Amino acid sequence: MITISNARTVDGKVISLEITEGQITKISNQPIAGGVDATGKLIIPGLVDLHTHLREPGKEDSETVLTGSRAATAGGFTAISAMANTNPVADTAGVVEQVFRLGKEAGLCDVNPIGAVTKGLNGEQLAEIAAMADSAAKVRIFSDDGKCVSDPLLMRRALEYVKTFNGLIAQHAQDPKLTINSQMNEGSVSARIGLVGWPAVAEEAIIARDILLADHVSSRLHICHVTTAGGVALIKWAKDRGIQVTAEVTPHHLLLTDELVENYDPIYKVNPPLRTEKDVWALREALATGVIDIVATDHAPHPIEDKDCEWQAAAFGMVGLETALSVVVKAMIESKLMDWQRLVQSMSTTPAQIAGYTNQGRLIEVGAPANMVLIDPAAKWQVRRDRLNSKSKNTPFDGMELPAVITDVFYNGKQTVLDGKVING
Amino acid sequence: MIKGHLLSAADLTKDEALGVLATAHELAQITDGPNKKLPTLRGKTIVNLFFEDSTRTRISFETAAKRLSADVINFSAKGSSVSKGESLKDTAQTLQAMGADAVVIRHGSSGAAKRLADTKWISATVINAGDGTHEHPTQALLDAYTIQHHLKGKGDDLTGLNIVIVGDILHSRVARSNVLLLTKLGAKVTLVAPPTLLPVGVEDWLVDISYDLDQVLGSCDVVMMLRIQQERMLNSYFPTEREYSRRYGLNSQRLSMLKSSAIVMHPGPMNRGLEISAESADDIKSVVIDQVKNGVSVRMAVLYELLGGVALNSEKSGVK
Repeated sequence: MITISNARTVDGKVISLEITEGQITKISNQPIAGGVDATGKLIIPGLVDLHTHLREPGKEDSETVLTGSRAATAGGFTAISAMANTNPVADTAGVVEQVFRLGKEAGLCDVNPIGAVTKGLNGEQLAEIAAMADSAAKVRIFSDDGKCVSDPLLMRRALEYVKTFNGLIAQHAQDPKLTINSQMNEGSVSARIGLVGWPAVAEEAIIARDILLADHVSSRLHICHVTTAGGVALIKWAKDRGIQVTAEVTPHHLLLTDELVENYDPIYKVNPPLRTEKDVWALREALATGVIDIVATDHAPHPIEDKDCEWQAAAFGMVGLETALSVVVKAMIESKLMDWQRLVQSMSTTPAQIAGYTNQGRLIEVGAPANMVLIDPAAKWQVRRDRLNSKSKNTPFDGMELPAVITDVFYNGKQTVLDGKVING
Repeated sequence: MIKGHLLSAADLTKDEALGVLATAHELAQITDGPNKKLPTLRGKTIVNLFFEDSTRTRISFETAAKRLSADVINFSAKGSSVSKGESLKDTAQTLQAMGADAVVIRHGSSGAAKRLADTKWISATVINAGDGTHEHPTQALLDAYTIQHHLKGKGDDLTGLNIVIVGDILHSRVARSNVLLLTKLGAKVTLVAPPTLLPVGVEDWLVDISYDLDQVLGSCDVVMMLRIQQERMLNSYFPTEREYSRRYGLNSQRLSMLKSSAIVMHPGPMNRGLEISAESADDIKSVVIDQVKNGVSVRMAVLYELLGGVALNSEKSGVK
């Protein structure tokens, strides 16, 4: 039995609780002797990420399911969703079951595989979606992330096909023809520094098309990593019309702008790219008001050599699991755009609901699975790339001081983080 | 005197830029004499690190370095370890180990020179000889020198001059460097191109934009034609070479619209018959050959200031 005393919930109650066999078995307003003293700390349900690149199988030098799980739990996540763009691609029951099994073995958080929409992510032929849904991994989210399902007919078929098991297509919205060789946001900075632009319209055009398709076939659609003010406006329009669309934003797109690309340091190279300040403010407002439903990390590990080079030779992507919560606190709570309740909704409750992870994102109540995080909201920490748990160190936040320190994490009743350090892993 | 690296025309203040032009002028007078060589950089090693083919720029830098008595190593990507997959970092560290004092880099990736200067891969002075579609600062300096020489006096800035740059602005490092430098020196710059070859975001530049070459030719002092790469046509930037040439090429009819004092420039290599007709290229108004000649003097001046560390006149008076 584990006990936690004097933790404050996001709605302001001070509680103490008992965890037995993976569940919350008692909640009291009186401290319980012994156990974890959480005085001054917030208690929130474990975070849920719907967009994680774990690189296993195929690129184990960048990340494995185990190292990714360690990074996840260090960042307060009790569930992550492994994107399909591994090698081999997660387009068969065999691969998703392998990732699912590796996640179980790591035992630090739920690792839910995402299946590919198309075979080999080639955008030409549907993958065996139902086989992945029926597998031990019970895949419900399908995405070609990294690539856009750009063929409109194939996208329509995918949206329809997953309805049999209430599945969800998560679209990486990027028109490929409008983004050939694209390196960064197209605008004032790209014009000046001579890098090929990735225009906002390449995202917006796909979002517009796909919300119309989702409406036409009455399917659910999820838009990955929205980055543009125009994309936000389209999603709002769709929601106002009752179209079943959900959307995510990454922590880095809530905080960083394309001005950072000026020095050509590939640590800022990411796809979709960092946008303008105007976009950042539109994304923040959209997350605060719920137009954008959730935060997702798009955690994208890369080995050192893929960033220690000239810009064009570098890989796209940033690691994000271990900084996500603090970056969102900085971008959204310190700027007073939203409170901790909305943060919990957008990083735990709603992603769990979208994905159907029924053991996750639950209220702190008796009978709920003990997936919880203790946070010192008043403390600050400095990001140090060499201290990350992830196997890759490509964080754009190295050296930055961030608010909110995660001190303890409990996954299915087992403590996985103690005093900010990953244990049992 | 300029210091550090030369990565972008934006790095230079107006005084520094005019200083380089003045140094170039001094050096040109010396090298016009019977003995073209100065001992200034004796013992220094300059590496020409060329990841893209550019015989003209490379031999210009090589000539400049040799006239200053530096040792020159030419490292071109083709047939070297680079074509076997060696990274820029490893190449740089190799050159560092060999004791390079300066690296003149031409690279297809925008920002490559800046990366070389900002990282700890190498401690040598970095001179950008063209990075992707970003900048080519010594080209802008030699163009400014040529314009000053033909239309202004020694030491003058370029105030009052109307300079028209025509062609593929989107992909042109020459255009970016020239816009920065020529406007800093007081000139009014007008960019002329079809909208497909102007970058989104160009409206933030301190220039005028026109889609119509004929409208701006009559009032300009300098017309600078940029090279059109024929592959642009395949990517639908314009329909055919013929249509491009008809609307944006400098032909003899357009040449006749220029003021009598105006000059015609081109960074080379020229596509005769595409962006510039043979008549225009060879006309009395054309200063293309001067640009090549001045390129050596300006590059000498850049190497001299960055590596020599002493002002020219102080060296002269240093003979005691």
